[in-house]
Amino acid sequence: MSNYKVPTMAEMAASGESPEILFWVGCAGSFDDRYKAVTQAFVKILNKVGVSFAVLGPEETCTGDPARRAGNEFLFQMQAVANIQVMNGYNVKKVVTACPHCFNTIKNEYPALGGEYEVIHHSQFLQSLINEGKIVLKGGGDFKGKKITFHDSCYLGRANNVYEAPREVIKALDIELVEMKRCRTKGLCCGAGGAQMFKEPEEGKKDINIERTEEALKTGASAIAVGCPFCLTMMSDGVKNKEKENEVKVFDLAELIAKDQGLS
Amino acid sequence: MNILPQVVFILVFAAAGYLLYKRISFLKRNILLGKSETRNDQSSERWKTMALVAFGQQKMFKRVLPAFLHLLVYVGFIVINLEVAEFIIDGIFGQHRIFAPLLGGAYTFAMNFFELLAVGVMASCLVFLIRRNITKVPRLVMPELKGWPALDANLILVIEIILMAAILTMNATDQLLAERGTEHYIALGPLFFSGLIKPLFMNMGEGTLTFVERFAWWFHIIGILGFAIYVTYSKHLHIFLAFPNTWYSNLKPKGEIANMPEVTNEVNMMLGIPTEGGSEAPTEIARFGAKDINDLSWINVMNAYSCTECGRCTSECPANITGKKLSPRKIMMDVRDRAEEVGKSIDAGGKGLEDGKSLLGDYISKEEINACTSCNACVEACPVNIDPLSIILQMRRYVAMEESGSPAQWNAMFQNMETSFSPWKFPPSDRFNWAESVKDEEMK
Ligand code: SF4
Ligand code: SF4
Repeated sequence: MSNYKVPTMAEMAASGESPEILFWVGCAGSFDDRYKAVTQAFVKILNKVGVSFAVLGPEETCTGDPARRAGNEFLFQMQAVANIQVMNGYNVKKVVTACPHCFNTIKNEYPALGGEYEVIHHSQFLQSLINEGKIVLKGGGDFKGKKITFHDSCYLGRANNVYEAPREVIKALDIELVEMKRCRTKGLCCGAGGAQMFKEPEEGKKDINIERTEEALKTGASAIAVGCPFCLTMMSDGVKNKEKENEVKVFDLAELIAKDQGLS
Repeated sequence: MNILPQVVFILVFAAAGYLLYKRISFLKRNILLGKSETRNDQSSERWKTMALVAFGQQKMFKRVLPAFLHLLVYVGFIVINLEVAEFIIDGIFGQHRIFAPLLGGAYTFAMNFFELLAVGVMASCLVFLIRRNITKVPRLVMPELKGWPALDANLILVIEIILMAAILTMNATDQLLAERGTEHYIALGPLFFSGLIKPLFMNMGEGTLTFVERFAWWFHIIGILGFAIYVTYSKHLHIFLAFPNTWYSNLKPKGEIANMPEVTNEVNMMLGIPTEGGSEAPTEIARFGAKDINDLSWINVMNAYSCTECGRCTSECPANITGKKLSPRKIMMDVRDRAEEVGKSIDAGGKGLEDGKSLLGDYISKEEINACTSCNACVEACPVNIDPLSIILQMRRYVAMEESGSPAQWNAMFQNMETSFSPWKFPPSDRFNWAESVKDEEMK
């Protein structure tokens, strides 16, 4: 048996190949200790299914999402234009990413700066792999028959109307999906968007992630599924704050699939 | 024939028309204090949005009870105003119920329907008064509503109830007079709701009855004209502005923040990329982001004038829910208040925008705008497609780019991004380290 492969665009180009998709990893996917596991799980799935993909590796930089949302348009565009130059240089057509913020920015905001790609969130990509029979699920592994709740990320849901793909992935796992009171269009933010991830919240009665975690815990689910690195951090912190980390786990969709497939 | 009532009617009508014209010009000028923006692409999509959201009340139905009551008032408003057309013709030509002989039984049916709606409107307004003042629905009693906004809301409800009561009184007395064979008055078929209050007037003499009938008639028509003028001062302006406001909705994905092409030119120059316009000299950029209403788009200002202060945005805002100062409704109210202040100052020959005040700072604080997670819950919730987020983000741009006044942690984040191309301070060379362990693992 061979090892997992993580080809870069540069390597591919050097050997005259061009992959079908660019897997955009994002800053959290590259640096956040917890989220690196999600990146790895997703890469294993891509390997297993035999998708032709590559990453930018050291050539990738932040999409600029937090800079733009915090108001620093110059910095955003510096990042964006540089990224677009790199991607256009490799003639990228299709981008898959696990981060809704990268997804939104590349999909909706890069075109105005000259970057036009087909952009897909990993929940949509996983759903299509399941539908096409490329991933055959084995019944949910550890979570078989257990209750799980899904936390909508604002940048996937309200921002881009992706509500069903993550739910389809969860349902395919033979897991009982229970909805929180505020879900889909009415979903409550985890508190990290709009560059809030990078500063302390303003003064208030409570932090947003605590409010959201309380709501998730009320469903009685044994796991909270997310499709976003920021949501993963915020919900995990919330669960820890409520001292429930032994009973309730927070997972990304890619991890659920990887577990089912015995990849991690 | 005594033509005095006709002359008075025409004069009252003309005066109201003049006052309305003045108010509309004032509002239009205030809205156009905002920057110009062209947003008329996809016109068929725009008409559809307006039909569904404004005319069809689509987004109201996220909350069923208020939606139903609101629908009653809305339909009542539109349909009963058909009757006003008859009022106007009668008033000008000195007639009474000019359509009654023409329509016969259908007229009686229509009157019964109007009365049913009038009762529906009264009942709804009563429930709304109770929700505001007795059961105190949280979003209807928040701090930003203290004073005029709360009074405004209650006044509208009370005025509507009184106007509807006038219709019923008018019909009841009118029919009593017709039954007594008084000249001019036309007997219709039975009218159910006004029939119920007839006993109240039964014992009045013909003179008193005529006086009550005429009073109710004049009260109703003057009331409606007065209401039309009042609306231009009130949050109730949404009954008209909801239409253009939804037509000019943002049809792009909600997550997309508008590009700043003037920045693109500079960025391209800095990165040595030839710009599209070729050798064109970069245009002077007056201001980055928004500090005052003239930096916002006119659509932002129109949004503010269309706001009903219903607070659906605020009650969905995660920042507000968890007790932060931010309330998207207050943002909209502040924009309107500032536009009014500037407009009045200009009309009085004052300093207008140069009065030393500004939207950001004097009305809206940085603490408010900094708390926003850009989650779009407010945009999603608004029944008339108002976009408070757009205003918040434009003000953040002003703070970040003109003042360098962002929170310290954001400034640190900016610096990380400039130097290590990530919001966190990790060396860029470590970006690909995550792949090491995967590459070492044997594929399962
Ligand atoms: S986008 Fe901002 S203002 Fe609107 S609901 Fe979300 S946090 Fe509140
Ligand atoms: S912005 Fe919309 S949702 Fe918010 S108070 Fe105004 S009308 Fe209501």
